[in-house]
Amino acid sequence: MMMDQANPHLKDYRREARASLRDIAPAAIAAIPIGLLFGAVAAAKGMSPAEVALMSGLVFAGGAQFAAIEAWVNPAPVAALAFATFLINVRHVLMGASLSPKTTMTRPQEFLSYFFMTDETWALSERRALDRPVTGAYWMAMGVVLWANWLVSTTLGAILGSFLGDPEKLGADFAFTALFIGLIAGFGRSRVTLVTVAVSAAVAALVHHFVGAPWHVASGAIAGIAAAYLSAPREAHA
Amino acid sequence: MSVDTTTLLAILAMAAVTYVTRIAGLFVADRLVLTGRAKAAFDAIPPAVLVAVIAPTALTTGWAEAIAATITAIAAFRLPLLATVAVGVVSVVVLRHLI
Repeated sequence: MMMDQANPHLKDYRREARASLRDIAPAAIAAIPIGLLFGAVAAAKGMSPAEVALMSGLVFAGGAQFAAIEAWVNPAPVAALAFATFLINVRHVLMGASLSPKTTMTRPQEFLSYFFMTDETWALSERRALDRPVTGAYWMAMGVVLWANWLVSTTLGAILGSFLGDPEKLGADFAFTALFIGLIAGFGRSRVTLVTVAVSAAVAALVHHFVGAPWHVASGAIAGIAAAYLSAPREAHA
Repeated sequence: MSVDTTTLLAILAMAAVTYVTRIAGLFVADRLVLTGRAKAAFDAIPPAVLVAVIAPTALTTGWAEAIAATITAIAAFRLPLLATVAVGVVSVVVLRHLI
């Protein structure tokens, strides 16, 4: 109590961390079957549990990791994997640029804490930023939880490997898609948002079909953003 | 518990590239002052990127996935996130069984 009076920020800190953990819980739980699936697939491709743990701990990017495993051969094609990773993760640049002005973090804090950026924590933070600034406590609590969750579940998946059975039969492979649909719905149903979603989905699906992964992510996103630009009122100041 | 040298190199390269993409936005954000249509475009980045990542799985994998994605989208506007994920997973399992 004395401490709270001496340092009123501590109270805010705890409240922010608690809100963060409450918000991330569904995404963290949904990520467990996906992590187990990743570990099992990686083990089937010949990666050891130690290698899976290293990759999850250092890269910490589900989409890029799944893409890398999909194309995994021995020895690993380093340059090709790095380029595919860049294409899949280049969206982080836009995400960071969008989120940065909405946080209360200092520059050095951002440089360290943005290591933990994921689609899920970023989407939840963007949603929170609609009515209040995003604090370091809010951003870090969910980032670290999701990181530890991913590290443990993927490593466990690699160890358990073939004991898991067919992941498609369990629908575990669809959890990622369902989670994303839930996150997208959080951005509302305004006309501009609906146009954005429709155009991005159509272009991404077409590019994926005719050109192939991972080009669909960048092209779908850019088409959706262009559609938002064109469908918004010219004089809007919102 | 073995770690292959080339595999380690690939992991380190992936990690470095990913970290750079995560902090690169910090260098761009300062120079962006947005109004009107440009702001609408910037605000559209989150849903546009999320949709693009899942569109192939949701739309072109098969009927089971496409219908399950539609059911999930309807649920997403009415249910909390975890319940939405549950609805999606259950419907895809049922639909794959039926179709």
